[in-house]
Amino acid sequence: MNYQKAIVLYLHVHQPFRIKHYTVFDIGVDHNYFNSYEDNLTNNIQIINKVAEKSYLPTNNLLLRLLNKHPEFKLSLSISGTVLEQMEYFAPNVLNSFKELVSSGRVEIVAETYYHSLAFFYSKDEFQRQVDMHQKKIFEIFGQKPNVFRNTELAYNNELASWAEEAGFKGILAEGWDNILNWRSPNFVYRPVNTSKISLLLKNYKLSDDIAFRFGDKNWSEWPLTANKFCHWVSEDHNATNIDLFMDYETFGEHQWEHTGIFDFMEHLPVEWLKNDNHRFMTVSEAIDNFEPVDYVDMPYTVTWADTERDLSAWLGNSMQQNSISALYQLEQQVLSTNNINLISDWRKLQTSDHFYYMCTKWFNDGDIHAYFSAYDTPYIAYMNFMNALNDIRSRLFDLGVDFNG
Amino acid sequence: MKVLMLGWELPPHNSGGLGVASYNICRSLQKRNIEIEFVLPYTSNYNFDFMNVIPAIPQSGIEFMMSGSSYDSFKYIDENNNEIWVDFSDQEKLYETAVLKIIETKKYDIVHAHDWITFRTALRVKERKNIPVVLHVHSVESDRSGGNQPNPLHFEIESLAFRLADSIVAVSNHTKNKIIHDYDIPADKISVIHNSINPEDFVIDINESNTYTYLRQLKSQGYKIVTNIGRMTIQKGLTNLLYAAKEVIYYNPKTFFLLVGNGEQFLELVTLAADLGIGDKVLFTDFQRGKNLRDAFAIGDLFVMPSVSEPFGLTALESIGYGVPALISKQSGVAEVINNFLKVDFWDIKEMTNQISSTLRYDTLKNELYNNSYREFNNLSWDHTAEKLDNLYHYHIRAGAV
Repeated sequence: MNYQKAIVLYLHVHQPFRIKHYTVFDIGVDHNYFNSYEDNLTNNIQIINKVAEKSYLPTNNLLLRLLNKHPEFKLSLSISGTVLEQMEYFAPNVLNSFKELVSSGRVEIVAETYYHSLAFFYSKDEFQRQVDMHQKKIFEIFGQKPNVFRNTELAYNNELASWAEEAGFKGILAEGWDNILNWRSPNFVYRPVNTSKISLLLKNYKLSDDIAFRFGDKNWSEWPLTANKFCHWVSEDHNATNIDLFMDYETFGEHQWEHTGIFDFMEHLPVEWLKNDNHRFMTVSEAIDNFEPVDYVDMPYTVTWADTERDLSAWLGNSMQQNSISALYQLEQQVLSTNNINLISDWRKLQTSDHFYYMCTKWFNDGDIHAYFSAYDTPYIAYMNFMNALNDIRSRLFDLGVDFNG
Repeated sequence: MKVLMLGWELPPHNSGGLGVASYNICRSLQKRNIEIEFVLPYTSNYNFDFMNVIPAIPQSGIEFMMSGSSYDSFKYIDENNNEIWVDFSDQEKLYETAVLKIIETKKYDIVHAHDWITFRTALRVKERKNIPVVLHVHSVESDRSGGNQPNPLHFEIESLAFRLADSIVAVSNHTKNKIIHDYDIPADKISVIHNSINPEDFVIDINESNTYTYLRQLKSQGYKIVTNIGRMTIQKGLTNLLYAAKEVIYYNPKTFFLLVGNGEQFLELVTLAADLGIGDKVLFTDFQRGKNLRDAFAIGDLFVMPSVSEPFGLTALESIGYGVPALISKQSGVAEVINNFLKVDFWDIKEMTNQISSTLRYDTLKNELYNNSYREFNNLSWDHTAEKLDNLYHYHIRAGAV
């Protein structure tokens, strides 16, 4: 019997434009919300360079080596527009190293919103514009036209799948969450309900999180995780066609530091996996081209790849998050009507989902504040900075003679 | 188990959090079948069913308080018509003599003393009765002096007592660290047992019957009220609040400040408000208790506690009880029991202005902050404090006086 079993490795690269400490004194005076030059967690230049050093450069280096060494090795990447801009401005060498990866011809870029936003849930027009912007940017930089889509935070539902099919994508990515799959396995290609052409790839969250979250945890019963052991787990599902390992790119070197052995693990993964002749690596498009959907998947509610709830509550769960994001989108018509590129770009940078994540009070309330990563002392400060910046957007509209009281 | 409790004040004759904490600790200890004899330096007809209150000195609460509230250590006042100047230290000595007389024929298992004014007495009791002594530190002199030169006498009493005590209870890690660093006391001698609150004790009145009619009228005109309630001493950092108030009012003209309390800085603060040109937007009510105090808490939109150094800061918890979220200084112990406070460095007037203004502008923030803090507040109870004290008593009674 000649069957194929593929690892579909997909890594997500993203950095937001973090808002600096922006106070009531700054409203109407200082229009630069993202330019902290101080030595702190909102200094975007410092952060992109730190992450480059710890993660982007060494990981790209390793991936390039693997691509050269193993002609069968392939992977997919999504790179947000906000991180691309920051690389262009502050770390061009990092951007070059990504270009070099892509020029191997075995790295596929996945489509998403340019600003890593939740626009789909607030303004379909703005959402479409940001997807187009991202397509254009990716083509300019990498010469690729992505045909598989992932939404911010892997936020997915039936409506999004229908949109993606209509927009001409041949595939879409989502979390392989038990509540939706029930007894079914994520290790196959599926088709969203009410669609006829588009395919759905589902993250195998258990195997993905073994690498992304548990890898360096010495209290984990499976620690230390070797490439050999991991490939054994991946092979366990005999009928599986595609095992979708989706994770943040920053897993390598940033979430899991070098001393955990994460780079060595990655180095050995292709060797171990390819020992079996039937084993493959595939990009997301290849998996879709090679495997027919086995069943339909119905996700009427929005599912994301975050927390145990797998919903949007980390971004939109409390009133500060809901209030600030709807206030932001209320300005859409007015902001766009100005044709002021700087203003529109700032308004869009405020749409990045991270800003709302920083306002999350879930973990803060549990007293488990260490489980929560933020550039700000408290969710309240994050909200203040955001709202003050938003009020400055209103102030700029006022200066331009636009009525913002809509 | 029988505990000799040495305290300086109980409500309603209290100048601040010390009296409130002493009262609630005893009320919860009694539920654990602990018998308490509480010796006070003044006479009053308390009718508590949970402990026996014994007056050490035949003077009224009013007279006693006039000879200097527990923390103004420099006020001298004529007592009675006897032309005797009774200052705070004299009170302390009178208390010591009286307590030793009271306990002569009695038996206790342990002595528990609240703050430096009772510490010397506690050590004398230990000497006479050979029972362990627990010193409960609600504040230390290095805190009270707000970063300035501490009163050397008080500092010395504390220093010595910390060394001779069997055990020290600090109301927060903040205070524990002060005791370690400012007094050179080994960390393992100090247990942190946080103050608490009984959520069921609070009644909120923001309606017609609220005492502060003018403030209610202002609120109906769209004004926001910022409150502070506490002693007006240098430790409380209120001058910084007034400097911030000037800025807040500049950015948000419909803001009003309500400052409740008295203390040696009272006149200085009133004058400062006038000098800053915000006299018409700051209301000083002097010391209040009962309904006037509750209503002051409840009328606010934001409670600000900008203390230079705050061992605990019960008022910030009380403000949550009265329905108002709080901004506290990062130098406050109460942050150890509630996460959902706004926090600012006591010296950072600009950031204080920013956070006050932002909270007054964004109702969503105010409500979210309040709801989250109330959830935490609702899990607190003085019974938890009493449980930890009970365990500590047992440990030291078993070990015996050292």
